Amino acid sequence: MLRVNGVSTYYGNIQALKNISMEVSEGEIITLIGANGAGKTTTLMSISGLVPPRQGEIIFKDRPIHGMSPEKIVALGISQVPEGRRIFPYLTVAENLDMGTFLRNDKDNIRKDLAYIWDLFPILSKRRHQAGGTLSGGEQQMLAISRALMARPKLLLLDEPSLGLAPLIVRQIFEIIMKINIENNTTIFLVEQNANLALKVAHRGYVMENGAITMADSAPNLLSNEAVKKAYLGL
Amino acid sequence: MMPTLSEIKKSFLVSLWFMFLTFPIMVIRVNTTEKLVLWRWENMAYMGIGSFLLSFVWRYMLWRKETGKKDSESGTLQLPSFFERILSDRRYIVPATAAGIALVAIFPFVMDTYQTNIMITALMYIVLGLGLNIVVGLAGLLDLGYVAFYAVGAYTYGLLNHHFGLGFWTVLPIGAVMGAFFGILLGFPVLRLRGDYLAIVTLGFGEIIRLILENWNEFSFGPSGIAQIARPSLFGIQLSLSSSIIYLYFVMIGMVLFTIFVVNRLQNSRIGRAWIALREDEVACQAMGIDKTRTKLTAFALGATWAGMVGVIFAAKTTFINPASFTFLESAMILAIVVLGGMGSIVGVSIAALILILLPEYLRAFSEFRMLIFGAIMVIMMVFRPQGIVANVRRSYKFQPDKHS
Repeated sequence: MLRVNGVSTYYGNIQALKNISMEVSEGEIITLIGANGAGKTTTLMSISGLVPPRQGEIIFKDRPIHGMSPEKIVALGISQVPEGRRIFPYLTVAENLDMGTFLRNDKDNIRKDLAYIWDLFPILSKRRHQAGGTLSGGEQQMLAISRALMARPKLLLLDEPSLGLAPLIVRQIFEIIMKINIENNTTIFLVEQNANLALKVAHRGYVMENGAITMADSAPNLLSNEAVKKAYLGL
Repeated sequence: MMPTLSEIKKSFLVSLWFMFLTFPIMVIRVNTTEKLVLWRWENMAYMGIGSFLLSFVWRYMLWRKETGKKDSESGTLQLPSFFERILSDRRYIVPATAAGIALVAIFPFVMDTYQTNIMITALMYIVLGLGLNIVVGLAGLLDLGYVAFYAVGAYTYGLLNHHFGLGFWTVLPIGAVMGAFFGILLGFPVLRLRGDYLAIVTLGFGEIIRLILENWNEFSFGPSGIAQIARPSLFGIQLSLSSSIIYLYFVMIGMVLFTIFVVNRLQNSRIGRAWIALREDEVACQAMGIDKTRTKLTAFALGATWAGMVGVIFAAKTTFINPASFTFLESAMILAIVVLGGMGSIVGVSIAALILILLPEYLRAFSEFRMLIFGAIMVIMMVFRPQGIVANVRRSYKFQPDKHS
């Protein structure tokens, strides 16, 4: 479904991604783990077009999307949940979700999707007229995920959904991620620092170090891999 | 109750400090002809009492405001402002609009030319405020050079009328297009900028336009400006001075209504939502699939369109334009209207424009203190009601029972 082929991305003169390649098939949960500054977020930004890659190609459903503007990429069905949630603080929960449907025109389906979101996160439905900025961290993360879902993505890019959340909330959010994957057949690309949890929900995983991919395997294999255990799982 | 003793002490210290500060100007008066020094100690006492009372009232108001906030957090409803109550009550709306329409219709016939002229200026600032409101209030792009587009509109009419004798109604749309064009011209270089940097660049842009007009004598006639610009004509008929002012007044009323209609539609449209998203968070806005470049450029262009049109009207009203009318002070004034009225609120901006333009005119009786009173009102407004006269209605949705479940 998504093929990243020899991509290099730069911030000015600094090379953040060094010739990375990866593949995501339809219906999968893929996780990208790695230390701080390894280039995980940059990988997502390159896919979503916010930081276009300088070299290499990104193919989504047999169409090259590298060099496309972010809004065209969203229109093709790739939605991103940016790092640090980035919800609209002064808009209400309902308005935030409304922004997620910006590129859609099918009112009936939007209504259905909204009902699905209220069902998925009942707490958001209770808070629907509250300003986004007044929600707790976990609720904001739920809102950010819901907002991305409102675009009906085929591929959902999740950037560190566990950032700054209590373990209990993190578990809840990961359960929802699995649920979204199963119920809607939404392909999920998950970038995480919490390698343990990420590898437990994912089907396959990539390990990233200093802007390059050093390992690629199925999630259970990575979980039991000695090097991964030592470096990322703290075992 | 607020801790009164310590407050009194603080106010007392403030009054001591003020007595000390104002001592040289309020107490000592040197009579140079008779070489006498007059010590007016009674002034010091007035100063002391006055500043003590003011400081105490100030503290008390601040305290009321803080506790009011606490109340609303703990669940008790804060009373909506006077304007919001009037606006939300149906019983008042119908008679109020009827009275408003009647007042607007008879105004130029009962008032003299001077009053009508001031009112035209105020109406012009309503449109300018609403135009800038698109850029600042909705899209969140701080534009300090808005007057540049106003100047572009005015000079479009001035020059086209001077060289080619084009009439007001022909140039009005041309002025709008020119405004939009210059808006996009400013928009391109500032696409990547935000906040302070954007403010500085727009400020520079405003000055550039003014300096060009001031110095390019062959093009714009420099500081001497363009005189004898034609007033608007009514189906080709030239009107007398007083009737043409009345005519301009109704043109302006029409313009205000048109602006309110368009801005209102824009606010609730797709592009309006994109502006709001852009204002709140740029990265998230892009992640939602909103084209940042186009959204910013349309905000600049649509904002500048109104300034261009009002510029044409300004030139037609005064029949004389020169660069001195388009200084930074004008931009600051329009920005003050937007901020004071409440960012994003159409009613608020209109009320603020009327207050800010009419107030200095009617305060001419206190000519020396007029700007002082004006400044004091602005400071007090920002301390006690930072959201503006009428807060943006988008932020106060009413709860509705669930329709889906």
